[in-house]
Amino acid sequence: MARYESLLDACGGTPLVGLPRLSPTVPEGAPPVRLWAKLEDRNPTGSVKDRAALFMVRAAEEAGQLRPGDTILEPTSGNTGISLAMVAKLRGYRLVCVMPENVSIERVQLLRMYGAEIIFSPAAGGSNQAVATAKQIAAEHPDWVMLYQYGNEANARAHYETTGPELLRDLPTVTHFVAGLGTTGTLMGTGRYLREKVEGVQVVAAEPRYGELVYGLRNIDEGYVPELYDATVLSRRFSVGTRDAVLRTRQLVEVEGIFAGFSTGAILHAALAVAHEAVRAGRRADVAFVVADGGWKYLSTGAYGGTLADAEEALDGQLWA
Amino acid sequence: MAIEVRIPTILRSYTGGAKVVEGVGDTLGDLLVDLDSRHGGLRGRLVTEAGALHRFVNVYVNDEDVRFLGALDAKLSDGDSVTILPAVAGGAFGFAATAAIGDQKLAATVEPDRRVFAADR
Repeated sequence: MARYESLLDACGGTPLVGLPRLSPTVPEGAPPVRLWAKLEDRNPTGSVKDRAALFMVRAAEEAGQLRPGDTILEPTSGNTGISLAMVAKLRGYRLVCVMPENVSIERVQLLRMYGAEIIFSPAAGGSNQAVATAKQIAAEHPDWVMLYQYGNEANARAHYETTGPELLRDLPTVTHFVAGLGTTGTLMGTGRYLREKVEGVQVVAAEPRYGELVYGLRNIDEGYVPELYDATVLSRRFSVGTRDAVLRTRQLVEVEGIFAGFSTGAILHAALAVAHEAVRAGRRADVAFVVADGGWKYLSTGAYGGTLADAEEALDGQLWA
Repeated sequence: MAIEVRIPTILRSYTGGAKVVEGVGDTLGDLLVDLDSRHGGLRGRLVTEAGALHRFVNVYVNDEDVRFLGALDAKLSDGDSVTILPAVAGGAFGFAATAAIGDQKLAATVEPDRRVFAADR
């Protein structure tokens, strides 16, 4: 059945496709090692964040925290803002996004198209200034609702109730699940579900390692870990640098025809690492990984063409995942 | 041969500005003791008084998080590459900003932990 009452009902239920060309070759007689891509770019606004946005809004409605006409405040320039803008439009809320003025023009255009209002914080001053602006706006509007995806259990629950069951239905032989680590919602929700149902399943995190500019200003004591994060759900956690992420993103479109964003390249890098380990160990493996979004929003970085070194430089200092 | 250790910008005051230093040790714990003998104070920024890795520090051996490899007991071999990074998740702006305005009418059901909120300082 591919007919839905509305766009919101069409959230999730994404295809899981095999990667016969990128899956490692195993020696004759050895058990198969296969890679599977969960195409989350097939969601209504083109990213995995649609699931979390829909669940967070529904949960707030059910808890009476969000009533028709209310304003949702979201400090983001990323996919969550775009997803929330779509859900807010269809459910009758106003969405205000706070973001630094130096974010890419595609993001701004997309958010405005979906009806979100944008408040820019000055680029000079970096994230500290952006945070100060967000705080000021929040103080002026105490009635605005913030969904806080990093600590909102409905974010992880979206994946426990949808992504996890979809994966198990489509790939009962799954041995590894690999996804990106940001809010940690995808890994926590899907990981918990699969651990309950599949004996010995490995839950693998791929964490983007950015250029030095992103870490440079932070003191060790100013680090943070999202409230949703529970390390016991994970089996392993890989740090993937910009160059490897770009290389794998290009490989995915060149070899398998899947045009994805750079966070997906980082996830594929980790998925290939565990797949090749399984080959070396002579073990069967069905490695499912998340294609978090398509590549459209990142074309203006120029990182899909030219040398890897050029791409690395183009993405240096950007939050590419 | 030794173990190559990548130092983040904020800890380079302990390494005379060097981005990469070398050390030896059979485990991560041993390596940090060895590094501290030449770069005094470095170990104290990474390991708590209770002897655990600092919560906001991530250490990777060959790109894999050591917390899943035995933490300070993680085994090392000559030629390994160790990377030290402050804990920063994807979408750093979004997290810091939402955390900073966490007093807002909050639809979150997980209680925010004030200690991890970076931007308040």
